[in-house]
Amino acid sequence: MNFQIGWRNIWRNPKRTLVILSAVIIGVWSMIFLSAFMRGITDQMVRNGISTLTGHVQVHHKGYRDDPGIENSMTEPGVLETVFNNTLPPDTLWTSRVRVSAVASNARHSSGVTLLGADPAKEGKISFIGGAVTLGRFLKPDDPHGIVVGQALVEKFETKLGRKLVLMSQDTGREIASRAFRIVGIFRAEMEATEKQFVFVSLPAAQEMLKLKKGISEVSMILNSHQEANEVAAVLRDALPANDYEVQTWQEAMPMVTAILKMYDGFVFLWFFVVFIAMGFGIVNTTLMAVYERIREFGLLKALGMKPWWIVRQVLTESFYLLVLGMIIGTGLGALSVLALSGTGIDLSSVAAGAEFAGMSRMIYPVVESKDVVTANLVVFILGIIVSLYPAIKAARFTPIEAMAHN
Amino acid sequence: MAWRNIWRNPRRSILTICAIAFASLLLVFMLSWQFGSYDAMINASVKISTGHIQVQTKDYQEKRDMRLVVRDPEALYSLLENTPEVASHTSRANAFSLVSSENRTYGVLVVGIDPLREANVSTLKKLIRQGSYLSPGDWDQALVGALLAKNLHVGLGDELVILGQGLDGSVAATVVKVKGIFSSGQDEFDRSTIRIPLKYFQDVYGMGSAVHEVVALGKSLKQVQEIKSKITAGIKNTNKEENLVVLDWMELIPGLIQAIQMDLVSGFIFYIILIVVVAFSILNTFLMAVFERTREFGVLLAVGTTPGRLAKLLIFESSTITILGIVFGIILGSLVTWYFQVHGILISGASELMRHYGLPERMYPQLSMLSISIGAGIVLIITILTALYPAFKSKRLRPVDAMKAI
Repeated sequence: MNFQIGWRNIWRNPKRTLVILSAVIIGVWSMIFLSAFMRGITDQMVRNGISTLTGHVQVHHKGYRDDPGIENSMTEPGVLETVFNNTLPPDTLWTSRVRVSAVASNARHSSGVTLLGADPAKEGKISFIGGAVTLGRFLKPDDPHGIVVGQALVEKFETKLGRKLVLMSQDTGREIASRAFRIVGIFRAEMEATEKQFVFVSLPAAQEMLKLKKGISEVSMILNSHQEANEVAAVLRDALPANDYEVQTWQEAMPMVTAILKMYDGFVFLWFFVVFIAMGFGIVNTTLMAVYERIREFGLLKALGMKPWWIVRQVLTESFYLLVLGMIIGTGLGALSVLALSGTGIDLSSVAAGAEFAGMSRMIYPVVESKDVVTANLVVFILGIIVSLYPAIKAARFTPIEAMAHN
Repeated sequence: MAWRNIWRNPRRSILTICAIAFASLLLVFMLSWQFGSYDAMINASVKISTGHIQVQTKDYQEKRDMRLVVRDPEALYSLLENTPEVASHTSRANAFSLVSSENRTYGVLVVGIDPLREANVSTLKKLIRQGSYLSPGDWDQALVGALLAKNLHVGLGDELVILGQGLDGSVAATVVKVKGIFSSGQDEFDRSTIRIPLKYFQDVYGMGSAVHEVVALGKSLKQVQEIKSKITAGIKNTNKEENLVVLDWMELIPGLIQAIQMDLVSGFIFYIILIVVVAFSILNTFLMAVFERTREFGVLLAVGTTPGRLAKLLIFESSTITILGIVFGIILGSLVTWYFQVHGILISGASELMRHYGLPERMYPQLSMLSISIGAGIVLIITILTALYPAFKSKRLRPVDAMKAI
């Protein structure tokens, strides 16, 4: 009965109810929409990071992270392969790479790059490069002199498909090794920096150039989901001798992204809180007015023997309806607007350089996380009920005589 | 009369004032914070590397081609010295080269700097962590970034072999000693450059007296455009044969200004949403105030008050509330902001992130007329608009009906 009366009460003054409802709806909508937007940014960041040659889990030689030189290569990939076959979940994808810093030059220009010796078939499935070659072709498994470079590098070097590019790097004998390659493919990436930084050659070509024999610099793997990384990393750490190998998850390999994720988490919550305070003033005021308008009614109820607690409950029930209704509609609208945008995405290419500076990609697709929806609604609901307590208690405190005397 | 009306229901008015004050407080603080962080970002990038203004040969910025040199920097120096807004200037030359230690070889950018003048333009001198900065007479000495030093396995006094290409295409090779190691916190900067004396650079790379960049620092960020136009004009008058361009920091680091614009726009979206939420809360108060007093208005109308005056009275009441709220908000907001402007805000846990963008760990919001007025202005406009609706509503009241209402 309590609920029925509450429901009827809020519609006694529909205009007021609608206005405060709109405030709650806009509040909840903005919480959900903006958090989805920010999650979209971070989600894209994580994806980019992982597909830009990080992978979910990486295995390196023990000293590689501190000193990513050719000496810190893994010389026996056979050992790794056995361990992987025995321990990894069956649908894990993994690939081996040679990854060293090198100098690329042609007749006119030279610049520092990261030389990647890749296993073309596997690499294509694991990192962004699989779908990124827009001109020419990707490498063949034992391409001796083919190289795939980024569009931005091509422009910087004033070169084109079919031209020569010389790579220089230090080989295992500490000598400068150099080798001429021919550009067979040009790739595009989310970030211009990626296009400038990475050049791909086939794994055997890189190993031969650097006198690495069968050695590799890193193994990168893609799992079914981001979350499995810790588990798999732990298994691998147990299985591989700790003195020779180091296993890293994507969170550890990209501390920047992890830090940004954390910061955004805090930011989303702060935003929830701020919106709520703005909304809270409205809720208190509206409820308060509704209570004052009905002083006589409450007085009468009390005079009839209603306990103060019942009045509190009555007022709270009314706020409860307001909040829940606002939450449902707000969440619905939030979900709809995210849905509408998640197909097309939000295009930031007009400020691409700015987006890149901030580490964001050119397209943002909002992502609704159930965690955010739940938090947003919980914040609104719990705090909403708490702030309604004030007018409710106020209402319960009127003495019948005082209240009935009120005009 | 409006003033008295407001205090007929003090609780309601105070709550409304609080809501408005809260919104303006937040806006003052957030805008000051944004402006402060932009200043820090710009300063960090400008002071570490680019300077406010650079004079280069056309296309050098994009192509970084060694051959695009500024042949006669001396003429530019006197031009810069005659521009009163320029605080200091220096020149640099860059060449991408192979640098090897005993064990390691990396491709890095070798930058020739003028030790004395560089110290007035960039923060390099303060970034030296080990050893010492270059002195004017130094010849085959180098400053190395901390990460590069680590990667090359070199320490102070160790030798580095530089192998590159001279201006005329010949091989430029030399051996330098590490004199100092600098660390800016920005990985890219610390990993990929070494600095040698400009005179020595010009000798090794066969540059003669040419340089690649003439870098200037203005007395303040605001004067950059003025300096730019003055120097552009000066170059036109004195130096016709060389194909020089004047670039300001926004052109030198296009990502930075776009990132700032993006942050501003997204900030404004947040603020507008916040204010709309506040506005709805306020609308209710104003609307209620009118409904509640329907009878009173009926009486007022019946005794001959024109509807226009009634509306005016209501707008007056709501503006008073709004302005009170905004004034409180601005005062409190300024106080809070001012406190942090003096003490700084420690962003704990994000130091790595801040370092990446070259920002200090402690951030200082910047209180300015702009940051105070923008937020308050938006709040004022939106709330007054909100208040108009109930006021117009009141215009349509008819005395007889109104007096019948409870």
